[in-house]
Amino acid sequence: MNLSYLVFVKQVPDTKNITGEAMKPDGTVNRAALPAIFNPEDLNALELALNLKDRFGGKVTVATMGPPAAAEVLRQSLYRGADEVALLTDRAFAGADTLATSYTLSCFAKNNGKYDLILCGRQAIDGDTAQVGPQLAEKMDIPQICYVEEVLELDRKKIKARRAIDGGFEIVESALPALMTVINSNEPRPASAKRIMKYKKAKTRNELLTLHANAAYTDAEFLVKEEEELKQKGLWIHALSAADVKADIDRIGLKGSPTKVKNIESVVLKSSEMKKIEDNEAGIKFLVNELIKEHILG
Amino acid sequence: MSDKIGNVWVFAEQEGGKIANVSLELISKGRELAAKLGVKTEAVFIGNNIEKIAETLFHYGCDKIFLAESPDFEPFTVLPYADIINKLVEEHKPNILLFGATPKGRELAPRVASSLPAGLTADCTDLKIDDFDDKVNKAFYKNKLMQIRPAFGGNIVATIVNTWKDPQMVTVRPGVMKLVEPDPSRKGAIVKVKAQVDPALKILNVIERAQKEKSVNLQASQIIVAGGYGVGGKENFKLIYDLAKTLGGDVGSSRAAVDAGWIDHDHQVGQTGVTVRPKLYIACGISGSIQHRAGMTESGTIIAINNDPDAPIFSAAHYGIVGEINSVVPKIIKAYKAKA
Ligand SMILES: Cc1cc2nc3c(=O)[nH]c(=O)nc-3n(C[C@H](O)[C@H](O)[C@H](O)COP(=O)(O)OP(=O)(O)OC[C@H]3O[C@@H](n4cnc5c(N)ncnc54)[C@H](O)[C@@H]3O)c2cc1C
Repeated sequence: MNLSYLVFVKQVPDTKNITGEAMKPDGTVNRAALPAIFNPEDLNALELALNLKDRFGGKVTVATMGPPAAAEVLRQSLYRGADEVALLTDRAFAGADTLATSYTLSCFAKNNGKYDLILCGRQAIDGDTAQVGPQLAEKMDIPQICYVEEVLELDRKKIKARRAIDGGFEIVESALPALMTVINSNEPRPASAKRIMKYKKAKTRNELLTLHANAAYTDAEFLVKEEEELKQKGLWIHALSAADVKADIDRIGLKGSPTKVKNIESVVLKSSEMKKIEDNEAGIKFLVNELIKEHILG
Repeated sequence: MSDKIGNVWVFAEQEGGKIANVSLELISKGRELAAKLGVKTEAVFIGNNIEKIAETLFHYGCDKIFLAESPDFEPFTVLPYADIINKLVEEHKPNILLFGATPKGRELAPRVASSLPAGLTADCTDLKIDDFDDKVNKAFYKNKLMQIRPAFGGNIVATIVNTWKDPQMVTVRPGVMKLVEPDPSRKGAIVKVKAQVDPALKILNVIERAQKEKSVNLQASQIIVAGGYGVGGKENFKLIYDLAKTLGGDVGSSRAAVDAGWIDHDHQVGQTGVTVRPKLYIACGISGSIQHRAGMTESGTIIAINNDPDAPIFSAAHYGIVGEINSVVPKIIKAYKAKA
């Protein structure tokens, strides 16, 4: 079947492995020192899309909104099997909360193709909000299937999927197009060595320019030719601006974001007055007696 | 624009005719916020045959319930619920709209927020009313909802404010807001809402559903004995269970113990587990990470048992015992049995 899948992914700072080096002397996190990684549940979403392509055929497009450096997660998507990738990048996108983000993504999904299934990770580890998926579904005016574990059936018109609910699971059937948010329930395939060899050369225009910035002969004709060659070989990472996705400038970035951060504090662990108890019979007996006296133990 | 502030609303969640605990916590908190603003606390209650359980919401401080009943609301699917809430919000213009950060709340609230549109903050751990002087944009907002939440894996806490028109929407973590003492004599008004579900909203159907009871409900526990990676293995968790049983408590755990496969996720305490506030919390072989502490520091009395004298958990504890679990725990069991 010529189904088309669109996967939205995000590059995030690795908040799971905050090491000593990433802590500033005042105890706050130095975000810049954290390695940038492929958001874990977005890898699960990509895996599910590739799995659907393997089972039912179709084409997998992967897109991300982020700074130019986010092209890296798109290359990693190509290494794993994505057919086409796009980077939504524009200074005007900066400072977006989940509402502005979902609007921006919806502009891409509506104006740059036609998709039967949109897949996202349930949530990203930098914010853990889980809001962008459902908000994007609303903006597209399509049903949402959240917390998906696996897809059982798929045809041109409908999908049957298993999703996690509180304390169990549910099997739901939905009309297409639809959006799914995917949880950590599959094993993302590793990058293929062959695809790495090929797609490590994939570039955005920005990257192509940077590559030649120091060359003596930065003539445009040469660049146009190289761009054409990359495109022919499928090594071109489309970079799209707000105008390219036809986004309303008032609905993106900071301007399109109703929520504002008033302030941010590092978590300071408060210390309590601790009584030290010796690990011997007398010590423990004293402790148990105290707890009973205070009516903490009956 | 009128100056009248809208009321504080709570989406009251129910499953199989039982109101979610977090909804009662939100009514409790909502009432406090409403008192500060001089407005009422109201609930949106959606389901089938649920009128008979609605009055519980009044006992916790709710003044009015918008009740929508239809067989189409069971089992829960997002679109019909979102549609009812949207229409009610458009009509009544609440100032604040609270959802539990449960699996349902976390997929419903963003759907509603996107279509209004309204700002939405996820997984709040505290809420306050305060003014917001936005110096960057030179704007002053009076009596706004301060939406306080952990971010960045729990390493920072952010205060977020919605600067657009109301409602100010948030989801709130279960267990973090204190329940008030219910008053069974408290009454309120029930407003029945027309619950005609448009067939277009039924394009997603639940075919099968399997749910089991949680293996433990730590939020109701008065005594919790929690084991961490320092317990050392699945068999050794028996010692943790023995202590819990002796003291009449339940067993909790850290994420590292859950990840190791020693205990079910229902037992996990912390940022991605449950938030608890028992009378007594005994942490055995738990280092005391920020994320674990996020779920247990409100406990009445905390005892830490750890063989590393520098373990951070000791700074959260009222009593600390430096020692091996296998040595300390049996001594506590013995001492308590000798007393009782
Ligand atoms: C986004 C995010 C969310 C998270 N959410 C949670 C959460 O909800 N809950 C949670 O718990 N964690 C959470 N974590 C993980 C958290 O950061 C820690 O990794 C975890 O809490 C560590 O568990 P632990 O203390 O059992 O293990 P460790 O850190 O390995 O500590 C084991 C402790 O046992 C002690 N010990 C070892 N042997 C013995 C012995 N024989 N006798 C006595 N003491 C012994 C050691 O000294 C050590 O202090 C989260 C992390 C992230 C990034």
